[in-house]
Amino acid sequence: MAMTPALQRVGRAEGRSRRPSLALIVLGGAIALITLVPVGYVLSIAVEVGGSQLLPLVFRPKVGELLVNTMLLVAVATPLCLAVGIGAAWLVERTDLPGRRLWAVLLAAPLAIPAFVSSYGWVSAISGIQGLGGAVMIAVFAYYPLVYLPAAAAIRGLDPALEESARSLGCSTWAVFIRVVLPQLRLAILGGGLIVALHLLAEYGAFAMIRFDTFTTAVMVQYQATFAGPAAGALGAVLASLCLVLLILEASARGRARYARVGSGAPRSATLVRMKLWNLPVLLGLIALLGAAAGVPLASVARWLGTGDTWAQAELGSAVVQTALLVSAGALLTILIALPVAWLSVRHPSRLTKAIEGATYVTSSLPGIIVALALVTLTIRLIPSLYQTPFTVLLAYVLIFIPRALVSLRAGIAQAPVGLEEAARALGRSPIQARMRVTVPILVPSIAAGAALVALGAANELTATLLLAPNGTRTLATQFWSASSSLHYADAAPYAVLLIALSVPAVAIMFLQSRKVARR
Amino acid sequence: MKLTATITASATAAILLLAGCSTSAPAAAPSGTPADSLEGSEIVVYNAQHEELTQAWADEFSDQTGVTVTLRSASDTELANQLVAEGDASPADVFLTENSPGMALVENAGLLADVDEATLDLLPAQYRPSTGKWTGIAARSTVFAYNPALLTEGQLPGSLLDLAKPEWKGRWAASPSGADFQAIVAAVLELEGASATTEWLTGMRENFTEYKGNSTVMKAVNAGEIPGGVIYHYYWFGDQASTQENSSHTKLHYFKSEDPGAFVSISGGGVLESSDNQAAAQAFLAYIVGKDGQEVLRTGTSFEYPVSDGAEPHEDLPSLASLEAPEIDPARLNSSQVTDLMTKVGLI
Repeated sequence: MAMTPALQRVGRAEGRSRRPSLALIVLGGAIALITLVPVGYVLSIAVEVGGSQLLPLVFRPKVGELLVNTMLLVAVATPLCLAVGIGAAWLVERTDLPGRRLWAVLLAAPLAIPAFVSSYGWVSAISGIQGLGGAVMIAVFAYYPLVYLPAAAAIRGLDPALEESARSLGCSTWAVFIRVVLPQLRLAILGGGLIVALHLLAEYGAFAMIRFDTFTTAVMVQYQATFAGPAAGALGAVLASLCLVLLILEASARGRARYARVGSGAPRSATLVRMKLWNLPVLLGLIALLGAAAGVPLASVARWLGTGDTWAQAELGSAVVQTALLVSAGALLTILIALPVAWLSVRHPSRLTKAIEGATYVTSSLPGIIVALALVTLTIRLIPSLYQTPFTVLLAYVLIFIPRALVSLRAGIAQAPVGLEEAARALGRSPIQARMRVTVPILVPSIAAGAALVALGAANELTATLLLAPNGTRTLATQFWSASSSLHYADAAPYAVLLIALSVPAVAIMFLQSRKVARR
Repeated sequence: MKLTATITASATAAILLLAGCSTSAPAAAPSGTPADSLEGSEIVVYNAQHEELTQAWADEFSDQTGVTVTLRSASDTELANQLVAEGDASPADVFLTENSPGMALVENAGLLADVDEATLDLLPAQYRPSTGKWTGIAARSTVFAYNPALLTEGQLPGSLLDLAKPEWKGRWAASPSGADFQAIVAAVLELEGASATTEWLTGMRENFTEYKGNSTVMKAVNAGEIPGGVIYHYYWFGDQASTQENSSHTKLHYFKSEDPGAFVSISGGGVLESSDNQAAAQAFLAYIVGKDGQEVLRTGTSFEYPVSDGAEPHEDLPSLASLEAPEIDPARLNSSQVTDLMTKVGLI
């Protein structure tokens, strides 16, 4: 990227051993430092507020309640999401379920419905939904696709020969699933579980609407009562610690066992398990799942849309424009910042570049509310010129969503062979020309995919947008939230429709990407 | 690099556009009004009032004066603490609240300019702080909304303080995270003192069921999930005037008799001393408490009480005087002590 020609020794073969330019390293380091700002903020709370004030704010009954609520939510909802997601993936990939190609698409669809819209759909349909039970229900319906997509991709990538061997050795279908398929899905399970758990910790709107208190909702309450005061900071520090603990747990549970196969295996499809009598109950179950995860929210939205002239709201147009601008600028900036990091980690793998990439992941495991608190505090005290500017919102989007861009860019850069660039240079192109004419075009699809995923996240982002938005800003998400939380359900409906419509293309990209990964 | 440059340029353009579109275009001012001099100026209003109400005020004010009004909307205490954190660097020119404690917090931090005498003179003394650093702009009354199927008139609480007694366990709701309820607690604190308030809050924590937002409390009472709830009056009147879907099975009980539960909360308006647009900011306050601004309260759908001399409330509302509210100097309501107490008790 920012490689200066002067630092490149012309004629030397480009390869994995070549060291990145100093400029690139400095740029990567600077990005890593910026992404660590929220972590620094959490640490500084402890120092600045001081133990004598912080400890009573942390060790109080309310925090105990929140801890119980939050841990129960994670402990119950995560396994349920895993069970539903993996079960669904196995059904569409390894059984002869009627219409399984269609199911493969439909089961990913609930991802296009933001969790807080799902919550709104359920609450406005059945007002009694609340507490842990309600929270678990909403969470499973909203987040199982986060497990389903990677699990389906992983199952598709498995060599069916292992399963066939097990079956020929006398294992039942169930035993094959438990003893052969599941262990090979370990990485997908851990990764999916981590993503679900982090979403549970970070979610605000969905749980606030059904009166289930987690740390994130409590931080918002304290923020509304005290702005970025010590109590909000203290709760935020506990929340951030929970996220980091999850991250460490997942990393250590990943282990070192190898599940890769030697050689590529035979390119053939798996023998499908015959469902026979199971077809009917399983189909009914899947219909019920989709009905709950997508049907109920969509029906609620449709019902409220039909109650009046809901599209006539004056703010609707400006919310669309402002969301489009914020979200597209956020996606572009995120891609720009992720590019050097991804480039370093693919083309120049080393401890240093791994550390830079790792820093970006740590911050993105922190909920938006922590990132927002950090940026509010930082800009108001140290950089007032950035306070309440669009730039700060965009920076928050970068910090929260950079891994979405990295995953996509890394894959793209890995697919752009160094050899092609070398060939272009051998034909007389300068290094810059070679990169622009050869590598960049190859990267375009992955840039687009990464940008779409970031845009999806940013469009549905609520907490950081609420805290950081410049004066007068109205986004679809904040407008939806302000209408629905004051029970103006009908007014909220058009915003919900627009959010869902915006999300569909991004979900399509995620779906296609998950199929691509498996094919490689 | 070309790609980088293009992306950077488009990102920058998007940011600039975004900054540009965050304000609404000024409307033409009627010629010949004294407000002509304000034409073209812009003010930022930190708004904790219901956005629809303030937007209605802002729109009419813009039409009359040509001043562009940009709102930043959030809760009383969030914006108040934000103003304190921002200090002199605050971009805000005007602060509007739903309740008094947030305004008092900003006043005590020394951030408010004196309100024009002529503006203050429009209100009776009980609807503005003794200090003259801000003015009342509207008022709302504490009420107990109940479901007559679950509570008979004879079973209604005589005092707000009764709700902490054991017989009310599991039988009432509130939204303690909201600035509205925290203002009611501030009134209890001012009238009854810190130790009685802590005791009341502790009893409350045992007894009450928590909901988020006054409308949600009312909806739960209406659905029969809980017999009663402490809210402000206008949620009920607003719903009655529209679909009634969240209030048709409820009635209002006014505590009266100068009980803490009869507390009438004064919504405040103040001008920030750091504002570079003092004239326009003062004019906005003058408009709100003037005839036109107060008329919006009577004719609009906010159902909040007007507070200026001679201004009439919406015809559905009982008169403010009939509510027998306790006398409280709104400047003395303290939000930070309230949040500390509520945090200590574990309500937030």
